[in-house]
Amino acid sequence: MANTTTAPHDDPALVAAFEARIAAGESIEPKDWMPERYRRQLTRMMSQHAHSEIVGMLPEGNWITRAPSLRRKLSLIAKVQDEAGHGLYIYCGTETLGVDRHELVNQLLDGKAKYSSIFNYPTLSFSDVGVIGWLVDGAAIVNQTILAKTSYGPYARAMIRICKEENFHKRQGFELCAHLAKGTPAQQAMVQESLNRFWWPSLMMFGPSDTDSPNSGELLRWKVKRKTNDELRQRFVNLTVPQVQALGLTLPDPDLTFDEATGNWTFGAIDWDEFQQVISGNGPCNHERLAARRKAHNDGEWVRAAATAYAAKRASASTEAA
Amino acid sequence: MTADSQWPLWEVFTQGSKGLPFAHAGSVHAVDAENALLNARDVYARRGEAVNLWVVPSSAIVASAPSDAGPFFDPGNDKAYRHPQFYKVPRGVVVF
Repeated sequence: MANTTTAPHDDPALVAAFEARIAAGESIEPKDWMPERYRRQLTRMMSQHAHSEIVGMLPEGNWITRAPSLRRKLSLIAKVQDEAGHGLYIYCGTETLGVDRHELVNQLLDGKAKYSSIFNYPTLSFSDVGVIGWLVDGAAIVNQTILAKTSYGPYARAMIRICKEENFHKRQGFELCAHLAKGTPAQQAMVQESLNRFWWPSLMMFGPSDTDSPNSGELLRWKVKRKTNDELRQRFVNLTVPQVQALGLTLPDPDLTFDEATGNWTFGAIDWDEFQQVISGNGPCNHERLAARRKAHNDGEWVRAAATAYAAKRASASTEAA
Repeated sequence: MTADSQWPLWEVFTQGSKGLPFAHAGSVHAVDAENALLNARDVYARRGEAVNLWVVPSSAIVASAPSDAGPFFDPGNDKAYRHPQFYKVPRGVVVF
């Protein structure tokens, strides 16, 4: 949808009216007046989220050709296709803020855009597919269930659609892990090893700690975010620990203990240096992921050219006929 | 239009099942109407979410302006006599 509003000035009266609407729990729609900063913060968050969905196809896509059965292959193809769909829902939501998708895609391909740090880790065994569905999609559900109540209407609606589909992602992943956890000693060792590798990066998916999250205050005030990074992370840990126990697996955290007083699972210190390294481009697979995106984009150029030429030919044929 | 263009934008409307109204689902980029319909199916109806689809060029949508919502909808908002609650019914009588 084209954004037809002229460049807004952040007139204090308009800001006050906007904040009153937010406080009343109203949803903000594309053509509504919004502070420039709100528009920019949402563009940043939504485009990073869309990029994450697109790059998120790569780690698992790696295993499609080597899935051990037709059933697992079908699930994996469907899941990876969903991730492409999720990217498109959110790019479409971002466009309602007056940005071109083309511009956002170029930022990703040029290496100027951020995306979720988790996708810069390699998928070394097939059980990683299970652990990603279980933990990475599980973490995404915790995050996105809350984002479905975000103040920006198009983002909230995209999240509702995505959450429904993520449930399939998580279930197929958990089923795969449960299957391996009941399997041969080699299969048990394989899924445990995957869990060990993905546990800490999954906790990092919720972003920096509340004590070091510069954008959080403003985003919470505008109800873009409804819970802090640490609150969501704790919720994820509380949900996941019993699932790990149910499978007879362990988590690589000697400090993990249940706190009777709060009902929370307290966990050990997260390696924030690693997180910073990975989001600033120095993770194990950052280079590989972007190279794969660029290759896919360039290899698809003939398809775009053919579609454009075909449409032009049909348009001129119908003009001549008229 | 270059090969690298993102193509025109289309708004997608889905009908969840026969008899229901069409509702806005989102948008897609496509080179023409036929492809817009195919893209809309792949993006918005992977799990039987629609039995019918409409795609409309985004540029063809005419929308009311949120800033004028008050005066624009006012003619319909000040006529209490259009609602059944405006009319009194003797106590104990069931009209419907």
